[in-house]
Amino acid sequence: MTALLSLTGVTAFYGAIQALRGVDLEVHEGEIVTLIGANGAGKSTLMMTICGNPQARTGSIVYNGADITRLPTHLIMRQRIAQAPEGRRIFGRMTVYENLLMGAEVSGQTDIGTVMEQVFTLFPRLKERMTQRGGTLSGGEQQMLAIGRALMSRPRLLLLDEPSLGLAPLVVRQIFGAIRDLNRATGLTVLLVEQNAYQALRLAHRGYVLVNGAITMAGTGAELLARPEIRAAYLEGAHA
Amino acid sequence: MTALKDAFLSAAVALGLFGPMVGLVTHNAAAGLDLVPNPIAVAVLVGMVFFGRLGMLLWRDRHQGRPQAPNKALAETLTKASRYLTPALLALAIALPFGGSRYYVDLGTLVLTYVMLGWGLNIVVGLAGLLDLGYVAFYAVGAYSYALLAEYFGFGFWICLPLAGILAAFCGILLGFPVLRLRGDYLAIVTLAFGEIIRVILINWVSLTHGPNGISDIPRPTLFGLSFSMDGGEGTFSDFFGIEPETIQRVIFLYYVILALALLTNWATIRLRRMPLGRAWEALREDEVACRSLGIDVTNTKLSAFAIGAMFGGFAGAFFATRQAFISPESFTFIESATVLAIVVLGGLGSQLGVALAALIMVGGLEMLRELLSWLAAQMDSPFFAGIAGELPTYRMLIFGLALVVMMVLRPRGLIAGRDATATLTKQQPVARETG
Ligand SMILES: Nc1ncnc2c1ncn2[C@@H]1O[C@H](COP(=O)(O)OP(=O)(O)OP(=O)(O)O)[C@@H](O)[C@H]1O
Ligand SMILES: [Mg+2]
Repeated sequence: MTALLSLTGVTAFYGAIQALRGVDLEVHEGEIVTLIGANGAGKSTLMMTICGNPQARTGSIVYNGADITRLPTHLIMRQRIAQAPEGRRIFGRMTVYENLLMGAEVSGQTDIGTVMEQVFTLFPRLKERMTQRGGTLSGGEQQMLAIGRALMSRPRLLLLDEPSLGLAPLVVRQIFGAIRDLNRATGLTVLLVEQNAYQALRLAHRGYVLVNGAITMAGTGAELLARPEIRAAYLEGAHA
Repeated sequence: MTALKDAFLSAAVALGLFGPMVGLVTHNAAAGLDLVPNPIAVAVLVGMVFFGRLGMLLWRDRHQGRPQAPNKALAETLTKASRYLTPALLALAIALPFGGSRYYVDLGTLVLTYVMLGWGLNIVVGLAGLLDLGYVAFYAVGAYSYALLAEYFGFGFWICLPLAGILAAFCGILLGFPVLRLRGDYLAIVTLAFGEIIRVILINWVSLTHGPNGISDIPRPTLFGLSFSMDGGEGTFSDFFGIEPETIQRVIFLYYVILALALLTNWATIRLRRMPLGRAWEALREDEVACRSLGIDVTNTKLSAFAIGAMFGGFAGAFFATRQAFISPESFTFIESATVLAIVVLGGLGSQLGVALAALIMVGGLEMLRELLSWLAAQMDSPFFAGIAGELPTYRMLIFGLALVVMMVLRPRGLIAGRDATATLTKQQPVARETG
């Protein structure tokens, strides 16, 4: 397997605050990789740094064989990388349909209808809500929209930052199921940040643990699930 | 009882405010200024506040439990009416000159100029969400572009119109670059400064712009080469059609020019909103980070909004110059920016019809109010009103400001607050083609 995305020694700063301290991470083609860690560990920062906002201060980020470390965000996002950022960030006053269109805006594809149908097969709820304004959707529907919007550009690599945030267990299962289906059916590569460590590790092929801006553990999902320190720190009572 | 107490309190506040502001009038006397007391006007105002407040409280008491009802009813009426309002307004605009009144055609021209400015600024503020307090700068650039090109190179209006638009758009980009990282209040302050800078340059670059004296004898536009000069000679409009030359012909022609320009602005905005660029503007207004993460070039999107908004301001400026035949920096003060911004906000950020209605109210309504007040003053020639009648027209701004406040209370998000979707699935084919 070749690495679709690889980070080596990536550091990132917010002003004087160092949020990433030399992160090494690889995502292979067709994999689901999950990143777990406590609040403030730097997970969202890592996602955003891959997208060039903030840019890595040192280290390198290589995607699909090319160095993207210094590219501006919009050029990175045009290379079939898509992100559903933390907090959903859908366009509140625009309709569901318009939100989805925005996802396809820069990919320059012609058969938007087909892609949108695929998104609707994944999230039938979105089709029912097509003319509703994004801001008036329920939290779970907004999360579906955020993922759907990211999928509209037909990405090779999908970055998901806490898709389960604030959602009912049933909806979380539904969304995780959708991610698995996508990965199996289309070979979509996924990098997933999750607080919901148990489900995320069960879903993922491999996982990384981020502590204070540095990777402290890596392994397959099953391996990490079996580690006592992980059970203690991230899985306490999660699957009683 | 509490209502009565509340009304008394309001009246007391009004007395404190209006006592010195309205009750004391300065008159030029032989030895400096004389202070003339004007108790009747104060009494009328305080009485109005008292009964207004009392009425409001009683009315609210009666409608308790459904305080939103009147507002909702108003919203529904407006939404329903808006479908018929657009064609009705358009028909009215086209038919206006046939009324034959020079006064109304002139007023219509003025209103349409502000409609156009409102629609232009709406692109920047309403769609892209970039608060611009210096829009008048582009209006000035357009006006001076035409005036100077005509003065130094003898170019006609129709050649200069696109040039004025391009120059204004260029200034828009010039403003856009330094403010790319700014949002909200900070953006507003810088754009405000930009508007002032342009005006100060116009005042001080005397060798080019004639400074405060302005530029006069700006040529009038022609209709396919036919001029509207009063001599009726060879190559004039009146000669070509074999009619007597009259000023009204030119006035009506100018009216239709600005109507066409305004409609062009409207058409372009509606088209742009349905294109990826326009949708990106609106998305930018909603969430900049999300836009970036979707691969949208935020820099270019912002600059294009500034440039295109400025371009329409430039067109309007060129028209202003040719209509007035005289411009000076005095025409491009902050109050113009504020008026246009008020039109956009009052109309309901982003709504085309709302902006047109707001311009009609802000410009046409204000003028009508002046007429009404003069007429009222003329009716009140009994000695009892002696103090007020003469002053009445000067209360125009006070009444108007009050009306605006009431309007914003009733419709806090503007006259037409709803946003039309730019794309629906039934129209999927054209949308897909445009996007691809
Ligand atoms: N814009 C910012 N400016 C300054 N500091 C920031 C900024 N964004 C994040 N940080 C800091 O960087 C660190 C990492 O934040 P990050 O958002 O990446 O955490 P996280 O792992 O995603 O946490 P959570 O699970 O709560 O989402 C935190 O200490 C945070 O306070
Ligand atoms: Mg986070």
